[in-house]
Amino acid sequence: MSDQPAYRLENLAVAVGSRVVLDLPAFEVVHGEVLCLVGPPGSGKSTLLRILAGLDSPNAGVAWLRGQRFDRKAPATLKRTVTLMFQRPLLLTGTVRSNVGYGLRLRGVSDWRAKAMTMLERVHLKHLADRPATAVSGGEAQLVALARALAFGPEVLLLDEPTNNLDPARVALVEEVVLADHQERGTTVVWATHNHFQARRVGDRVALLLEGKVIETAPATEFFECPCDLRTAAFVQGKMVY
Amino acid sequence: MRAFDPDLLPVVALTLRVTVSALVIAAVVGIPAGVWLGLARFPGKRVLTALVYTGMALPPVVVGLLTYMLLSRSGPLAFLEWLFTPNAMILAQTVMALPLVAGLVMGAVASVPHDLVLQVRSLGATPWQVRWTILREVRVAVLFALLVAFGRIVSEVGAAYMVGGNIQGYTRVLSTAVMMETGKGDFGVALALGGWLMVLALTVNLAAMRLQGRLA
Repeated sequence: MSDQPAYRLENLAVAVGSRVVLDLPAFEVVHGEVLCLVGPPGSGKSTLLRILAGLDSPNAGVAWLRGQRFDRKAPATLKRTVTLMFQRPLLLTGTVRSNVGYGLRLRGVSDWRAKAMTMLERVHLKHLADRPATAVSGGEAQLVALARALAFGPEVLLLDEPTNNLDPARVALVEEVVLADHQERGTTVVWATHNHFQARRVGDRVALLLEGKVIETAPATEFFECPCDLRTAAFVQGKMVY
Repeated sequence: MRAFDPDLLPVVALTLRVTVSALVIAAVVGIPAGVWLGLARFPGKRVLTALVYTGMALPPVVVGLLTYMLLSRSGPLAFLEWLFTPNAMILAQTVMALPLVAGLVMGAVASVPHDLVLQVRSLGATPWQVRWTILREVRVAVLFALLVAFGRIVSEVGAAYMVGGNIQGYTRVLSTAVMMETGKGDFGVALALGGWLMVLALTVNLAAMRLQGRLA
């Protein structure tokens, strides 16, 4: 992990109608870190991830990725270095293998089948390669979606509560695969979760969002052991009701 | 004309030629237009959508009248000299099939979850790749749209009669022949010709069902 920012957000605001759903005067994601976004549902985590993915443009302010302005109109080459994995698997019709190889095919990679199989092996689903994607269970589909997101080697991996509907064994597998990829390739990871145990396990730094604002950002140990803000303390101690 | 008259073969052949030509043109223009309309967001989209949906219910006689006016001696397309030719029938049937194909494809594309479109973009798809991927996702609906359009134009009689003229050996198709034989009171031949139309429709639908099985 270097101290160079992967993302820098300045005076960024997103509104839905007259309601401001994201208000970030200054926000940074460090290159090569795992940053966990925690907070209750509706706190702005998904909205922030969509901005970081270049899928939405803010109403005000600017987002920069590695020094280049980043929004819906950003150059395709820059956008192709980032991917977002949604809460739901959102698989395409076709086989499991063709889903995992989708991002590779988009980039014209000729040996996408072999690379897709390597990824499927990582998530322990090699035996499902030829099965229709519609015929796998919800948990398996989520692992296929993770394999698809990692297959083409993104520089930035954005995860929107990817383990919400998974059993503990698969939660552990997702965490293991993401962290292994992060360590091997130095992937910058922004991981939204409302599970603070998970944030503690995987995050280098943790940021608490409430009502679209970042309340506190700190290294994981500091965030959980000596939070500066009372609301962070309430969240960490499980006293925040939502 | 008898139900199994050798003269019937050119009528069936012309019916197929006119219908398939109109369907191909409607597909080539209507499918991309439907995908674009289903995915794009722009001012005036609701108005355009309403126009396409209205076009899906265009009365054949109105299409026939407008095509006639366009192609008649005083019309803006008179120089083509298409009136009372198979080309005029293809034009009229294309006008009827195009909004059906575009509208049904647009509806199918618009029903794809928006998050799936975002996911595809987030995996690195360019705008053309997004459109192609979503088109593949709705391919069964596209086949259905083509079937509906085929059904509408193969059995259409009003516009074909008005701009084709039902000229024996030149612009007579099965539907106009059925109408003519009914007018003459020769119901047996009319029924037999109707049977040929049904056989055509059934053959196309059976082929489509086989294709649907492979696409699904």
